[in-house]
Amino acid sequence: MADGLYADGIAAGRLSGEEYDRNFSDLHPPLDRHEAAVEADRCYFCFDAPCMTACPTSIDIPMFIRQIATDNPLGSARTIFDQNILGGMCARVCPTETLCEEACVREEAEGKPVQIGRLQRYATDAAMAAGAQFYERAAPTGRRVAIVGAGPAGLACAHRLAVHGHDVTIFEARPKPGGLNEFGIAAYKTPDGFAQAEVDYVMAIGGITLEEGKALGRDFSLGDLSRDFDAVFLGMGLAGVNALGAEGEDVEGVERAVDYIAHLRQAQDLASMPVGRRVVVIGGGMTAIDAAVQARLLGAEEVTICYRRGQEHMNASEFEQDLAASKGVVIRHWLQPRRILADKGRVTGIELEYTVLKDGKLSGTGEALTLRADQVFKAIGQSFEVGVLNGSSASIALEGRRIKVDEEGRTSMPKVWAGGDCIAGGDDLTVSAVAQGRDAAESIHRALAG
Amino acid sequence: MADIRSNFVGIKSPNPFWLASAPPTDKAYNVERAFRAGWGGVVWKTLGEEGPPVVNVNGPRYGAIWGADRRLLGLNNIELITDRDLYLNLREIKQVKKNWPDRALVVSLMVPCEEQAWKAILPLVEETEADGIELNFGCPHGMSERGMGSAVGQVPEYVEMVVRWCKQTTRMPVITKLTPNITDVRKPARAAHAGGTDAVSLINTINSITGVDLDSFAPEPTIDGKGSHGGYCGPAVKPIALNMVAEIARDPETAGLPISGIGGVTTWRDAAEFLALGAGTVQVCTAAMTYGFKIVEEMIEGLENWMDAKGHATLDDVIARATPNVTDWQYLNLNYVTKARIDQDQCIKCGRCHIACEDTSHQAITAMVDGKRHFEVIEEECVGCNLCVNVCPVEGCIDMVPLAAGALDRRTDEEVQPSYANWTTHPNNPSRVAAE
Repeated sequence: MADGLYADGIAAGRLSGEEYDRNFSDLHPPLDRHEAAVEADRCYFCFDAPCMTACPTSIDIPMFIRQIATDNPLGSARTIFDQNILGGMCARVCPTETLCEEACVREEAEGKPVQIGRLQRYATDAAMAAGAQFYERAAPTGRRVAIVGAGPAGLACAHRLAVHGHDVTIFEARPKPGGLNEFGIAAYKTPDGFAQAEVDYVMAIGGITLEEGKALGRDFSLGDLSRDFDAVFLGMGLAGVNALGAEGEDVEGVERAVDYIAHLRQAQDLASMPVGRRVVVIGGGMTAIDAAVQARLLGAEEVTICYRRGQEHMNASEFEQDLAASKGVVIRHWLQPRRILADKGRVTGIELEYTVLKDGKLSGTGEALTLRADQVFKAIGQSFEVGVLNGSSASIALEGRRIKVDEEGRTSMPKVWAGGDCIAGGDDLTVSAVAQGRDAAESIHRALAG
Repeated sequence: MADIRSNFVGIKSPNPFWLASAPPTDKAYNVERAFRAGWGGVVWKTLGEEGPPVVNVNGPRYGAIWGADRRLLGLNNIELITDRDLYLNLREIKQVKKNWPDRALVVSLMVPCEEQAWKAILPLVEETEADGIELNFGCPHGMSERGMGSAVGQVPEYVEMVVRWCKQTTRMPVITKLTPNITDVRKPARAAHAGGTDAVSLINTINSITGVDLDSFAPEPTIDGKGSHGGYCGPAVKPIALNMVAEIARDPETAGLPISGIGGVTTWRDAAEFLALGAGTVQVCTAAMTYGFKIVEEMIEGLENWMDAKGHATLDDVIARATPNVTDWQYLNLNYVTKARIDQDQCIKCGRCHIACEDTSHQAITAMVDGKRHFEVIEEECVGCNLCVNVCPVEGCIDMVPLAAGALDRRTDEEVQPSYANWTTHPNNPSRVAAE
């Protein structure tokens, strides 16, 4: 235990190096060969398997598991990558308990599904460790495609386009590729630089040029891209963070959870990562959980998530909620922020109001609750910054403040496709972004060939 | 409490669980441990003739195949008969029998196929006061190339001849151990019977190669890059052994000949099945080699509990009870009609029944009904084959339900007949006989 464990305020170095290492090691350690064989043997190789239907990327799950069972991990990895080139990350971050594993017939049979996510990791890790590349570029087509955003959607799109022989340029606003995989996911879900290793693995196919630090709307316009390239894929994330709408939130110590998570992921030394003694997180999604759990793991004494609706309304999966509880995070429901309490420009607490759902409408009851806090994280949702699309020669149709696309990922603008978090109607999952990027690539390929 | 004491050709043991002649019974140390653990009897590992003992390979002697979680399903061995001095074995046998008078101690023997060789060893064994001898006509490796083991067991005339020599020479009960590496196991059983054997024991191990190392391209187990066929045993061989036991039990020529059942006995249930098909005792090897001697506790207790639950007082109430129900295919009732029925409450919707039936059988199970994933038997197509039951991962989810007499078989559009009718009288049978 380091000396600073009970220091008030926001402080770094609350824990010992050993504690940081332990807290941020792999959440689910990899399966070894025997464990994988035993788990794979549990798969029934279902006909028209429900897990496969439940997977947004439609991975042939029974087949890849059978390939593990027959000691053919590289064949298994190929089955996965055929549908999802970011299968390694998805194996780590997919909410499998609401996707493939929820659909697994063993869930119905015994409440204990096959651990599909961990098996997927076993196979994809094997392929990446062996440096096995399964795809070759088709003969160059001479066609050039621009991709905005090197996150899951952009990378999946780029890889599939490269397979078809097109030349791809990815423009990434941040100094590093990976998107949410690199900046937005809790560190213990993807330790040891996996996100960058995966980007390297994807890019190894060739034909993909990465332009880092280039942001749409700042360094170039959509009009530029559609003029200079044969096709454009927009794969941006959600750069905006919703404000709390609480009085006095512009004081020191009130932070955007996504920024905090990103800083943590980029931190070279976790001991340098400051965290409050008493932390309050406002929100009910995965970001709220990731921020809260990591705050605890960094040594915060009290971490409370306050969500304005009930447990059943939380976007965070049950698994994530349980994880938070197991790490000592307290989740409180039916509380909305009203006022930030501050002293000398630094947060000292938060005043919340109890809420009630009446006739489908949420309203405050008037009763207030005050929690001490020296750090407050905002995690009540992110938004797409429409402004970056400005400057395009034609306006792009939106739907609910995100980009409107058809079933192939085509936007209202000719030559422009979109996928990932920036499009309307999505579920903000990595795996869905991969599916959309991949499918848009196929659509682009058909359009370019036609 | 059920009485599971066994009296097998006059050899008494407190239970019917014997250890087979094999590595676990090669010396006093092991056998003493087995008796302390509760085994009812032991067949001492095969003794050879006087002189320098055989030698074993010094590399791997065993190979295996595994099921889920590396559960051992089949074992293969290339160990030979005892490689210890004959007199050392005899001294130990005598001492062990003295220490454990209530247990069965049978001595397995294998000497060259010459009358003098057998006549020389039998008095030496008699002197130990062992309860009986077992003639090893089964080992399929190593010794068979020297004209012993299965080389004898595969020639009924030799079997009869050696049994006769032994019966003429010794007062001890003679159990003849048969090899399964033969087309019709009834032939050597009949020969042993004709020679005067008191009992047969079967099966010995089955010639096998457990696998091939795909890097060295050598069969397994591999000794310095080469491999040889070895004797296969363990749970995987049980169905083969059950059939061979039943074949002998129901053969009119050998009916009533006592049988010691061997082959993959791992649990009390396996043992009960052997008994039901006609075995008087069972012999165990692979299960003990996998889990140690303690498993006999489960076997004894499980057999007793089952007998108590079913009201079987003694082993004689169980032995050969299933034998009359083993028949030839041509006598099976062709008027017996079953249909698969899937219990939708138990169905977990894996679809294995559907795809097995659809791809490989009779297209008699739906996959989709009214746009929903739903597995249901199409009676018009179901031939009652049982494949769906066998591939279903949920025990009891699919049943084969017999149609009552008078019910309509929707596949044939005919009423189910109340009478028994088999192939021998069927109109499609060119060699049919008139129905009685």
